[in-house]
Amino acid sequence: MKMTVLKSAIAGLALVATGVMAEEGTVGFEINGDIPIVTRVPAAAHLDGALSEAISGWEYRDSSTQAMQMDDFDNPAMLAVEQAAEVWNTAMGTVGKSCADCHGDVNESMIGIRATYPKWNEKAGEVRTLAMQVNNCLTENMGAEAWKYDGADMAAMEALISIPSRGMPVNVAIDGPVASVWEQGKEMYYTRYGQLELSCASCHELNYDNLIRADHLSQGQINAFPVYRLKDTGLVTTHGRFKGCVRDTRAETFAAGSPEFVALELYVASRGNGLSVEAPAVRP
Amino acid sequence: MKSIIQMAVGLAMVGTVAMAGEVAPDDVAYDEYGAVAVSLTGVAGDPANGIKIMTERSKGNCIACHQVTALAEFPFHGEVGPMLDGVGANRSEAELRGIVANAKITFPESVMPSFYKTHGYIRPGDAFTGKAGTEPLPPLLTAQEIEDVVAFLMTLQD
Repeated sequence: MKMTVLKSAIAGLALVATGVMAEEGTVGFEINGDIPIVTRVPAAAHLDGALSEAISGWEYRDSSTQAMQMDDFDNPAMLAVEQAAEVWNTAMGTVGKSCADCHGDVNESMIGIRATYPKWNEKAGEVRTLAMQVNNCLTENMGAEAWKYDGADMAAMEALISIPSRGMPVNVAIDGPVASVWEQGKEMYYTRYGQLELSCASCHELNYDNLIRADHLSQGQINAFPVYRLKDTGLVTTHGRFKGCVRDTRAETFAAGSPEFVALELYVASRGNGLSVEAPAVRP
Repeated sequence: MKSIIQMAVGLAMVGTVAMAGEVAPDDVAYDEYGAVAVSLTGVAGDPANGIKIMTERSKGNCIACHQVTALAEFPFHGEVGPMLDGVGANRSEAELRGIVANAKITFPESVMPSFYKTHGYIRPGDAFTGKAGTEPLPPLLTAQEIEDVVAFLMTLQD
């Protein structure tokens, strides 16, 4: 009895030390000491038990990389965010308007936006990612050229738009008009592509927590994208990462912005419903 | 003249596709458990070269997923597949040959790539370029490289 009490006291203390239980999920860390980030949450019901918990990629990184993400002064992604903030206020295209002319202060108008994308666009009759929405604004509302889907301008703008959603739970819808696209994404997730015949699930569902060579396999969650990748010394978008992953199965990969990757993004985002938006995060 | 060149190209292709006396990927005789009794080349495997294949990223890169105590000097070893210590005692040479050549015949759900297979892929690529490849693809390992890996695995007796 005494032992049990002692054990649970220790377990309780350990829990406090490593993370505070939030209402739903575990707060793994705080950004700037004031934005709690949930890094573990019970897996969404639509995963049918494929995962017991959704776990942020942050937990799989070493402490120095983790620390860079905990303070915006140390987060190398913030340079791109500052540049995007200037772009936000700059008139572009033949219409001569800036993002700010319609959307005002990004830190107010974009609160919660990153958490719900990809989502259905009723007017267009399609599932739209954040990048598609940005490009649509550029071409349809501003008279400007579209940006490269996974290029530096787009990654920086996605990072800027993500900032006011940090700490909010990812909450993408999977039913209604997006259901068929979500199903397409799910089928892709379990398809074994390329000469290595690996699916997303081969590594990120069946083998997360395991090492592959020196890499610690995560669940491949995308709540932290775009991420600043230290080995690329730049921001990497969700589709840029997908492209590299499929390529690494020795497959013909898909294009960034392709309908296939839009579907996959919707599905993968939904696997992390409940995790906090972390973007822009830092990865090795 | 042209036909001579074409013939030479043809000979070169034969050279890369299958050496004389080799069992081609489509002709490997797997038994009902996925084992392959007969050597793919008829040439004894070289365990020293097997170590190279096991550890080099551009070759088998087996240790990316498997831990092998005998290869501890080559970092880093993964945890995706089972540890291979003692595998030469626990499995027959025929079983190991079958698993290295195409593990999915022995273990249908295995995530292990098939190292001696050339077609039947979904969106086959041209190596790691991300571009489309044309089947038949070169197998990930040659017949002799598979024999070399099997010879090394057979040395793992405890």
